[in-house]
Amino acid sequence: MKIHIKGGHLIDPAHGIDKPADVFVVAGKIAAIGQAPDGFQANKTIDARGCVVCPGLVDLSVRLREPGLEYKATLESEMLAAASGGVTSLAIPPDTDPPLDEPGLVEMLKFRAKNLPGPRVFPVGALTQKLNGEALTEMAELSEAGCIAFSQADAYIADTQILLRALDYAATFDYPVWLRPQDSNLSRGGVAHDGPVASRLGLPGIPALAETVAISTILLLARQTGVRLHLARLSTHEGVGMVRAAKQQGLKVTCDVSANHLHLSEFDLTRFDSNLHFMPPVRSLRDRDALVAGVKDGSIDAICSDHAPVDDNEKQLPFGEASPGASGVELLLPLTLKWAEENGVALIDAIDRVTRGPAQILGISNGQLSIGAHADICVFDPQARFTVTSKWLKSLGNNTPFLGLELPGVVKATIIDGHLDYERT
Amino acid sequence: MPDSQQLTPDGQLKHLLTLDGLPSRILTQILDTAETFMDVGERDVKKVPLLRGKAIFNLFFEASTRTRTTFDIAAKRLSADVVTLNIAASAQSKGETVLDTIANLSAMHADMFIVRHSQSGAAHFIARHVAPHIAVVNAGDGRHAHPTQGLLDVFTIRRYKGAFHNLRVAIIGDILHSRVARSQIHALTTLGVPEVRVIAPRTLLPAGVEQMGVHVFHDMKAGLKDVDVIIMLRLQNERMKGALLPSAQEYFKQYGLTAEKLALAKPDAIVMHPGPMNRGVEIDSEVADGVQSVILKQVTYGIAVRMAVMSILLGPTAS
Repeated sequence: MKIHIKGGHLIDPAHGIDKPADVFVVAGKIAAIGQAPDGFQANKTIDARGCVVCPGLVDLSVRLREPGLEYKATLESEMLAAASGGVTSLAIPPDTDPPLDEPGLVEMLKFRAKNLPGPRVFPVGALTQKLNGEALTEMAELSEAGCIAFSQADAYIADTQILLRALDYAATFDYPVWLRPQDSNLSRGGVAHDGPVASRLGLPGIPALAETVAISTILLLARQTGVRLHLARLSTHEGVGMVRAAKQQGLKVTCDVSANHLHLSEFDLTRFDSNLHFMPPVRSLRDRDALVAGVKDGSIDAICSDHAPVDDNEKQLPFGEASPGASGVELLLPLTLKWAEENGVALIDAIDRVTRGPAQILGISNGQLSIGAHADICVFDPQARFTVTSKWLKSLGNNTPFLGLELPGVVKATIIDGHLDYERT
Repeated sequence: MPDSQQLTPDGQLKHLLTLDGLPSRILTQILDTAETFMDVGERDVKKVPLLRGKAIFNLFFEASTRTRTTFDIAAKRLSADVVTLNIAASAQSKGETVLDTIANLSAMHADMFIVRHSQSGAAHFIARHVAPHIAVVNAGDGRHAHPTQGLLDVFTIRRYKGAFHNLRVAIIGDILHSRVARSQIHALTTLGVPEVRVIAPRTLLPAGVEQMGVHVFHDMKAGLKDVDVIIMLRLQNERMKGALLPSAQEYFKQYGLTAEKLALAKPDAIVMHPGPMNRGVEIDSEVADGVQSVILKQVTYGIAVRMAVMSILLGPTAS
């Protein structure tokens, strides 16, 4: 397959490229940028006039709900949703049913994904068996099966001795560990940010301390063990500050935030809309502003969707009983563009946080467009706007607080491994 | 935080979900209407025909005796047909059940749902899913709101004190878990009480409670000084388990209302309690049964206030 992406504006943050240029794809690779290679005859030409051509997006947290939770979503539906959002690489958290704690499950997932069109799938293995925080998984086996890191998804290891041993063991083999910092004791029973809004609404609170106490513990353990640490889904002002300080002190740590948390705050909860039930919870405006600033100054390395499709039976419930999370892989690019628009962030920096930044955390060479690289490309119209509706969304999960909102950025084409996996007609 | 969900576009009451953001004009309308029902309970025939032919369903997803009974009596005094469903007994009050229950009862031509649920926001949730002609009354949702209780409390205060603009009111106890306290605070501040105090240990106060317009006291003696109204809250025994308090004894010593502490309030201060009381835990029997106690009056007034709410939502003048 030879593809000519014609007349677009190329943005490749990894190489600081931000200029009009055609891109030529041959046999799954970027063959040339600017001038066509000798004898190039396109099978397919994509008219990219008025569009941005950038690396395919890399999303650090996308739940495909397989195995075990297919009633919420399937690989087919969610991979198509990802492709239609310009996302070409997905990290899959281990909170499936059963969790990704055995090599067979990981192999099956990779096999299923490989036989479907759509993004590359990178499973994150469970750090402990059944994610219960008690016994370690066979990390070497899981790594061989294709796990690129280990995590507890939304569970946390309450026992600090076990957490230390898990990090120590992973560090032995230099396996990256991704943790969402939330102390399970301090967050027990909570469903919303512990602040004036939750107090008023009578929603049991999750204090910001649940995050900062966990970050503090994890950073101390990371210093001691030397583990390759990634902190997932930061939500607090103080948390961002702690990670920024740790980086300045030379600790090798990365972190991400969900696109939801760059836009929402506790003040959006006033009508008890269960689509705003998130883990971690959306917090104060001060917290949100710190996340916004943290991504802007690079203290936060990546924006992810934290895609969590939930079916109506688990979402159409009173706030506290509803499953947390929002479907969002298709909204990663639009919400990132909206964040950039509202905060004066250059397009190249915004794209960096969803391509080069997360690719580096994943340890993959995708997320950039050098000659000879894998042809994972997103072509989108940055001027076009659309309204989020359940019809627009390809995910089986219609659970998003952004329904009805107008967002910038319509993906025109998504190329994965040199194949045109999605084209808006 | 005004909630448009419970008001029609022209500002009339459509559901009663919370007192938060409800304008004082509507609170006063309910209190004034309740006054007109005060004598119904004293007649030989304790009924008025206002809601004849209306179907009211009590949906109690969480157990309750007192609130359910007073709603039941109030509806019957208005001549409505009342059906009470104790959904709490069937334990699995999961979402599908809630929505299915609502759909089924709507199909039976219900006019009003009285809802109690253990989750904050459950009444809002149900109000969002009912047919447009059905009114929802929140009879208590999680820690969030218990608007008819808040209304009957301000009704009681108005009956004894005449006005709100010159009062000091203290609410004592487990504010953190109390939907009653939240509704009382909104009612009192909306009606113009200049000083609402909450008195509790730090473990029983929600984060940022001051932003609800109250003054916080940890020392009960300081907090009770010169108040006109004392509202005691029920303390659940389970609060001792979660390390929120050491013991009922210590709680009583620090925050229980005794005759000695009551003497710090104004001489004509009234003592209120939403019930059911834990004698010897939050209130001494001597005070609960004393001359300043209006606790049983609250129960009586509760019926008139609930009649007022139902008649405003469903009565001939309701749209």
